[in-house]
Amino acid sequence: MTANRFVNRSELIGILVLAAFLVVILPLCLDVFRLNLVAKYLTYAFVALGLVICWGYGGILSLGQGVFFGLGGYCMAMFLKLEASSVENTKIQSTPGIPDFMDWNQITSLPYFWRPFHSLTFTIAAIILVPGIFALIIGAAMFKRRVGGTYFAIITQAVAAILTILIVGQQGYTGGINGMTDLRTLKGWDIRPDHAKIVLYFFEVGCLFACIFIAQFIRHSKLGRILIAMRDKEDRVRFSGYSVANFKIFAFTVAAVFSAIGGAMFALNVGFMSPSFVGIVPSIEMVIYTAVGGRLSILGAVYGTLLVNFAKTSLSESFPELWLFGLGGLFIAVVLAFPDGIAGIWADYVQPRIDRLVGSRKPGWVASIDSSVADGAPAE
Amino acid sequence: MFGDYSIGDLGSIFVMQGFAGLILFSVYVLMALGLAIIFGQMGVINMAHGEFMILGAYVTWMTSNFFQAYLPGLFAGYFFLAMILAFIVSGALGMLVEWALIRHLYKRPLDTLLATWGLSLILQQAYRSIFGAREVGVELPQWMLGSLNLSDSIQIPINGIFVMTLTLLITAVVGYLMYKSRWGRQVRAVVQNRIMAGAVGINTEKVDRYTFGLGCGIAGIAGSAFTMIGSTGPTSGQLYIVDTFLVVVFGGAASLLGTIASAFSISQTQSTLEFFLSGSMAKVITLLAVVGILMLRPQGLFALKVRK
Amino acid sequence: MSDENKQGLQSAFRRKLLMGMAAIPALTMLPRPSFADTPATSAINTTGLAVTDTEVTVGILHSATGTMAISETGSIESEKLAIAQINEAGGILGRKIKIIQEDGASDWPTFAEKAKKLLVNDKVAAIMGCWTSASRKAVLPVLEQYNGMLYYPTFYEGLEQSKNVIYTGQEATQQILAGLNWINKEHGAKTFFFVGSDYIWPRTSNKIARKHVEQHLTGCKVVGEEYYPLGNTQFNSVINKIKLTKPDVIFTDVVGGSNVAFYKQLKAAGIDLSKQLLLTISVTEDEIDGIGGENIAGAYACMKYFQSLDNPNNKLFVPAFKKMWGEKTVIGDVTQAAYLGPWLWKLTAEKAGSFDVDKIAAASPGIEFKGAPEGYVRIHENHHLWSKTRVGRAKLDGQFELVFETKDLVEPDPFPKGYQ
Repeated sequence: MTANRFVNRSELIGILVLAAFLVVILPLCLDVFRLNLVAKYLTYAFVALGLVICWGYGGILSLGQGVFFGLGGYCMAMFLKLEASSVENTKIQSTPGIPDFMDWNQITSLPYFWRPFHSLTFTIAAIILVPGIFALIIGAAMFKRRVGGTYFAIITQAVAAILTILIVGQQGYTGGINGMTDLRTLKGWDIRPDHAKIVLYFFEVGCLFACIFIAQFIRHSKLGRILIAMRDKEDRVRFSGYSVANFKIFAFTVAAVFSAIGGAMFALNVGFMSPSFVGIVPSIEMVIYTAVGGRLSILGAVYGTLLVNFAKTSLSESFPELWLFGLGGLFIAVVLAFPDGIAGIWADYVQPRIDRLVGSRKPGWVASIDSSVADGAPAE
Repeated sequence: MFGDYSIGDLGSIFVMQGFAGLILFSVYVLMALGLAIIFGQMGVINMAHGEFMILGAYVTWMTSNFFQAYLPGLFAGYFFLAMILAFIVSGALGMLVEWALIRHLYKRPLDTLLATWGLSLILQQAYRSIFGAREVGVELPQWMLGSLNLSDSIQIPINGIFVMTLTLLITAVVGYLMYKSRWGRQVRAVVQNRIMAGAVGINTEKVDRYTFGLGCGIAGIAGSAFTMIGSTGPTSGQLYIVDTFLVVVFGGAASLLGTIASAFSISQTQSTLEFFLSGSMAKVITLLAVVGILMLRPQGLFALKVRK
Repeated sequence: MSDENKQGLQSAFRRKLLMGMAAIPALTMLPRPSFADTPATSAINTTGLAVTDTEVTVGILHSATGTMAISETGSIESEKLAIAQINEAGGILGRKIKIIQEDGASDWPTFAEKAKKLLVNDKVAAIMGCWTSASRKAVLPVLEQYNGMLYYPTFYEGLEQSKNVIYTGQEATQQILAGLNWINKEHGAKTFFFVGSDYIWPRTSNKIARKHVEQHLTGCKVVGEEYYPLGNTQFNSVINKIKLTKPDVIFTDVVGGSNVAFYKQLKAAGIDLSKQLLLTISVTEDEIDGIGGENIAGAYACMKYFQSLDNPNNKLFVPAFKKMWGEKTVIGDVTQAAYLGPWLWKLTAEKAGSFDVDKIAAASPGIEFKGAPEGYVRIHENHHLWSKTRVGRAKLDGQFELVFETKDLVEPDPFPKGYQ
């Protein structure tokens, strides 16, 4: 494997297979309703992808990714909501032209921090910058003081809880517990009909692959190797003269931005944003997607997300009770028996057999991850 | 806002508000103690802490039903038995969990978060399947209801006094166990150096199991006591979890003193703010203050000095 | 009607079953539809809904898991009871109702996803479901996009009206105003203290209540208004404020687990509800199960239905419900409202002679349900129900004693002028 190429041969095959699966097979096999469900699941794949970088490589477990997912989603939703609340659409309100929930809460003019969201350019910038800067601040405060491990995880959780309470409590400005519903158009283009859903799906898949390539790039650059080194022996990296904190902040921020993009995609695809994605429970569920896919595998994150969500939808359709037992069991099983998730199972059992069938070619990407498979979590 | 009221009125309210703060403080300590023991001594975060509390509450509920049906004469005293049972049941389940789950993960503390979270989902669904999705009402003996009248206008809730006494008692017992008893010395030895502790003949596995069991057992007692002030349903444990984690994190997680100090400062801030602002705003401001301080001092109020 | 049958039956079980069937009001009270019993499927279903020659499919969409399962279980139960009774009585337009139940899992987007699944994949003719306002708000755009029909059981904040929803619970003015008038007139209450959970329903309800108190009740004022986050369990501070301000009435809309904590702590703080007036709009018999009758006895609740109502319909409904779901279950306001959903839908479909959503929506206004456990309801042009408002006083055993009911049906007014 050459260091300056960010995709090696077997990874390229893996990406192509995933691309074929998402771009060709799924759209051909599924009706629009199911395809839209897949689009919804894939928004979580952005989060899972971010977690691969920050948890798998960087060893930083964040249980508050919902915060960034929510920030990104709310930025997008604010733009869409403003567009849906044109004076024409809202003429039955006491103050036409502002979002309906503001009217219900006796707010008579658009709050100042809402105004820039009339602009799509500003919105797109905000989707990246707001969560990014927020992550930067949290990361700088924590990592510069060498807080890590379990402690960091719990603090992120507290942040998630606080943001939820804030959003729910400030309902005049945020829509409260109902969230922002009934999002309709993007620059005049209706996002609700079936053909729009298909377009949005492909747009989302495109963004997902962009993020996958960024992740691949990070993983194969010097930066990615420092991250892994840091996770395994933090002190040695520090004594070698690297600023461990800065690398951690970087990984955490990248993960936050990925999550935010996922959140924005969610608002677009589902037409909806609510505080129920910000809290502790969804944040932890997003971690399990990564864990199931394999915390070290970029593509595994996508498969893990799809698999868990498919299981959730189909199981909860018929056996809602079983589903919670199943999800709980999954957490425990992944942690106890398969710490490397699907990717680990693939690398340990499936790949060798394929190789034997195909011939004696050296399994490239198995070798590339096996050094880090032994112990997924960082040494404390 | 106070212009309309007489000095006497205000005086009584401030006394009662002071007690409200103390009660909140006791509740926080009681909630956080079990979690703090497990985290401080073992580095494990038990995400199923709330579910262990609710187990205690359900045990109390069953005990109360049993007494009502078979021993109505002794109903007045059932609560003490219920708390002991809650301790035993939650503690036993805790030890079982330690044996089946936690002991495999000591080298991967982050993974214990996920595993115990999975456990909490399973427990919630188990409660729902066994006890039903609705909340259950735990009936209390008459003497525990109502309030103590210190004067005409000052009333102190009896259940609040009960929780305060209980917290004091349990903290004292835990303090004794940890810092004065032989077992506590063993626990601390294991925390400081597991290998050396094993080498001098301490059965570290057993110490781990009992520590985890003790933490869960205290959660059970807390849950039992909270049937007096809160609800008992399959997901009620979730109501306490955020506050609990914040108290432990803010305290610095490693020492009992830290937990107590943090419970005190959070509860006093919140209860004072609640009086002057609306409850919702008070909560938000308290939480923001906690996070703000954590940003400046992320290791919490009282942290063990560790080199990293 | 069941006397002769009873004699012929041996087991108590069968007898109870018949009592359940006896609750089918349509058998005795309603005119038979004028057309033939089983019209052709093509005639009554022109939009491709899941209607066969023998079956029609409806969806039930509530939370069976998660935090809301506590409240929504009762609604699921009564909807299933109503559907079972309708099927016993021959179904709708000659077709038996088939249920597809989906779990919203207390998560609003899941509600939207499942509603879409029910409408798009299963083509259900109607959905009985949702509980919280948030879940309804999430489902509403889906209903409007795919033209579905929802029967929504919960009392709620109003400010909404949709062709695709029938609101079988009361909206805020309908529920609150009569109760405030009553407590003002009957008890001479002048000062009010509001305590609520912090989200849209309590805030809107309190806003309406405040306007009413300040503008329509002479000499009355609100001396405090407090909100606590959902799931809050510590209320000692607000209780102290209540003690300080000494209001005539504590007016509460606290929900969920907080409810239990609030009333337990109120009692513990020495506030005696037999002396202190308390009017709640959020505590039904279901909630008292968790709170405990001894903690809330004496409080007044203002809504449209109590399990203890003394009328012939209710005397059939309550035993039928207990027969199906167990002797210990209780029936609250929302549970009863959920029971109305399938019945109103049946009556509307029979009047419209069709399952088509547009025809159902158009035929809904004016539909009367004389077999309603609450007495009698009628659908208003705005798709809400005309219903009476009642005040009940909580007793030690967890039941309410009816102390007041409005003489006439109260008109639903989801966009109340002067209250916004």
